[in-house]
Amino acid sequence: MEYQVQENCLTIYLPAEVDHHNAEEMKRKADKLIDRNHIKYVIFDFENTDFMDSSGIGVIMGRYKTISLIGGEVWAVHTNARIRKILTLSGVTKIMQIYEEEEE
Amino acid sequence: MTPANEMELKFDSRSANEGFARVAVAAFMTQLNPTVEEVADVKTAVSEAVTNVIIHGYEKEVRKVYIKCMIEENIFTVEVCDQGKGIENIEEAMCPMYTTRPDQDRSGMGFAFMEAFMDSVEVESELGKGTRVRMKKAVGKGRDIWTTQSL
Repeated sequence: MEYQVQENCLTIYLPAEVDHHNAEEMKRKADKLIDRNHIKYVIFDFENTDFMDSSGIGVIMGRYKTISLIGGEVWAVHTNARIRKILTLSGVTKIMQIYEEEEE
Repeated sequence: MTPANEMELKFDSRSANEGFARVAVAAFMTQLNPTVEEVADVKTAVSEAVTNVIIHGYEKEVRKVYIKCMIEENIFTVEVCDQGKGIENIEEAMCPMYTTRPDQDRSGMGFAFMEAFMDSVEVESELGKGTRVRMKKAVGKGRDIWTTQSL
């Protein structure tokens, strides 16, 4: 997992599989970075991710709760069809913007 | 009628084993010649059930998780069992967004995901004795048209 901070924006490059096992560490690290860098936007980058369960939804919802207090937003980028299905099914798309790239 | 095929797993309720559990189940399932989508559905459902055992059934205490898989014709059955604390109100627990752990950023979507990705989900539970989640899915629906065609 890699994290990148640019101004008030945090990008989380998610691992191949997002489950309860690695969600815990992700939450801890993301919260520390959000707190220290006055983060307003959190981008979840799914480029390398092909598996996610409801633990991942919990990570997104938790970060949204924190940054929505200061008017921030959560975004998802590079989502494949499977990830979009999980996001849609959970209803998290109501609070999260999905950046759709043009199909090449 | 081909005879049923079964396998069983028993492993420690450590979160590091969640990946192992879903991959092992997916590997056993491949003999049904599933689609990528069907494998992903089963992996998600297994991951949810195993996470529930670790977080809720055993409350992060390290004990054993039992998984039993069975293939009968094109029906794939997977059971995830524990000997943990049990569920007081199954109906409430299966309700989407219901969680006993909102403080831990649990989404409350575990059972909802199992129900969405499998054809059926049955839960049996006894307080102090444990819980058994039995899920079934018909694999290869709609593919028989060309798989059974003789050349």
